[in-house]
Amino acid sequence: MIAVAADTSAKPAPSVGGWTRFSVFARRNPTIVLGATMLLFMAAVALAAPWIAGDPRLMTPGNRLLAPSAEFWFGTDHLGRDVYARSVFGAQISLVVGLSVAVVSVAAGLAIGLAAGYYRRLDGVVMRFMDGLMAIPAILLAIALVSLNKASVWIVIVAISIPEVPRVVRLVRSVVLTTREQPFIEAAIGGGSRNLKIIVRHILPSTVAPLIVQATYITASAILIEAALSFLGAGVPPEIPTWGNMIASSRLFLARAPWTIFFPGAALALVVLAVNLMGDGLRDRLDPRLARRM
Amino acid sequence: MIAYIVRRLLSMLPVMAIVALFVFLLLHLAPGDPAAIIAGENATPANIAQIRKALGLDEPLWKQFLVWVGSLLQGDLGRSIFWGDPVTILIAQRAQPTASLALTTLSVAVTVAIALGVTAAARPGTLLDRSVMGFAVMGFSVPVFVVGYVLIFVFAIQLKWLPVQGYTPIAEGVGPWLRNLTLPSIALGMAYVALIARITRATMLDVLAEDYMRTARAKGVAPRPMLLKHALKNAAVPIVTVIGIGVALLIGGVVITETVFNIPGIGRLVVDAIARRDYPIIQGVIIVFSGIYVLVNLVVDLSYTVLDPRIRY
Repeated sequence: MIAVAADTSAKPAPSVGGWTRFSVFARRNPTIVLGATMLLFMAAVALAAPWIAGDPRLMTPGNRLLAPSAEFWFGTDHLGRDVYARSVFGAQISLVVGLSVAVVSVAAGLAIGLAAGYYRRLDGVVMRFMDGLMAIPAILLAIALVSLNKASVWIVIVAISIPEVPRVVRLVRSVVLTTREQPFIEAAIGGGSRNLKIIVRHILPSTVAPLIVQATYITASAILIEAALSFLGAGVPPEIPTWGNMIASSRLFLARAPWTIFFPGAALALVVLAVNLMGDGLRDRLDPRLARRM
Repeated sequence: MIAYIVRRLLSMLPVMAIVALFVFLLLHLAPGDPAAIIAGENATPANIAQIRKALGLDEPLWKQFLVWVGSLLQGDLGRSIFWGDPVTILIAQRAQPTASLALTTLSVAVTVAIALGVTAAARPGTLLDRSVMGFAVMGFSVPVFVVGYVLIFVFAIQLKWLPVQGYTPIAEGVGPWLRNLTLPSIALGMAYVALIARITRATMLDVLAEDYMRTARAKGVAPRPMLLKHALKNAAVPIVTVIGIGVALLIGGVVITETVFNIPGIGRLVVDAIARRDYPIIQGVIIVFSGIYVLVNLVVDLSYTVLDPRIRY
């Protein structure tokens, strides 16, 4: 773990010769750079949506199910809405939900995992609870949570975060259990450090590298689950365009207007692919034991 | 061995108790009146009172939980608010399509994934290996419903090889049954194949690097038996573990696949229940699916003794 920390600090700093260093980094880590580039592009599209696309909710019945053209790049749907505009705005929800779920579940899982790993008396109870939570299929748990509450972006984020928490807890706990046996922890205890200080100063840093990798995979899975919830009608309010609810509302028109499904579907697949590529690249870089294996 | 199985079966109880507790708390700790939420926005106070009574929401929380667990232990999952029928009967009526879909997907996906993983590991670094790994990353990234609609568009609408959607019971013939299940199984199995192919390749690479594999090669064991008999057998435990964990992917995916392909299974039951806010159904299916997941992983644990004689319980 110490070697890992040293490794990450050696990342190229934006200084003189920064470009050369970046190109070396890019050649050694092509998947990270490719994934990050795709993701940055999508994030830029999502942020610039109001300027680069028209009104995603505007219905023009005269323009129903038009094929892609110079005027409507991705065609129109059965209500005459611009599929390009809806796809561009759909990126916002996917990215916001993906990143928020990663932050929420990592924060919650980190706190619980540190406590369970360090305070042995908590461990048994907490881990049994996590085992139970892990047995529930994530998408069903999210459906149950969303169906019991008024549809909103927040409830979707919470609903997707809860099933991800046990995975983070397990990871953090295992790191804590190996780290706490290290001689330097004994030294810190001997030196009279308080528990909280030991956890924050000496144990927390070891969890950073594996958590970064885990967070990228959580982002990918959260984007997929959000899309699935929207597709099933258990997602964010239907007036917000998302890739999932675009596909759901167009599914009866698959034969006549396949573009209404293919464009949001491709956008979804590309974003998840970008995040997964980053995750694989980061894992290979931050976890040398796994490098080139998976 | 039998003592071990009994012990493991008993160890399922605390896990299922936590699942039950969690599902129970979900309904009762939701902000606002669960009866009003379930009744929907156009409900009259009489509707709400009726739902509250049907779900026993008037009783104190601890009593409700005990009553609920008591009926769970008797195999009673409550009644659907919309249908009025017991949830267990509704689930049982829709079990065949879901079980068919899950089992065809499981068998095809495991076969394909192990074949892909072994071939990739046999020639690491080659174009073939890279394509398999590339496919694995794609398989994780494309959602079930997108794969489903692409398959329907190409093979059902354009080529007209297979039916667009629907389900034929197996009693009406294995041929039509399989024809209807082909596309859904491919869509559902994609992520599962990716997961198992990756772990198969990784463990095979580890095993192939062992000393005894070098010895086998030196003794002149032919490449194929070496891969399948010597290496794959020793790689079996991690692969089977991931097959078990990955069942979660199948269980979640069933809900989406049945919606895409209009299969009248348990997944559709849940999805229809979302719009009707039929919470007893959602709750019941969660309990049943979680139970299946825990059971599958118990079977996986028990299979270790068969796969690796060094493991004894």
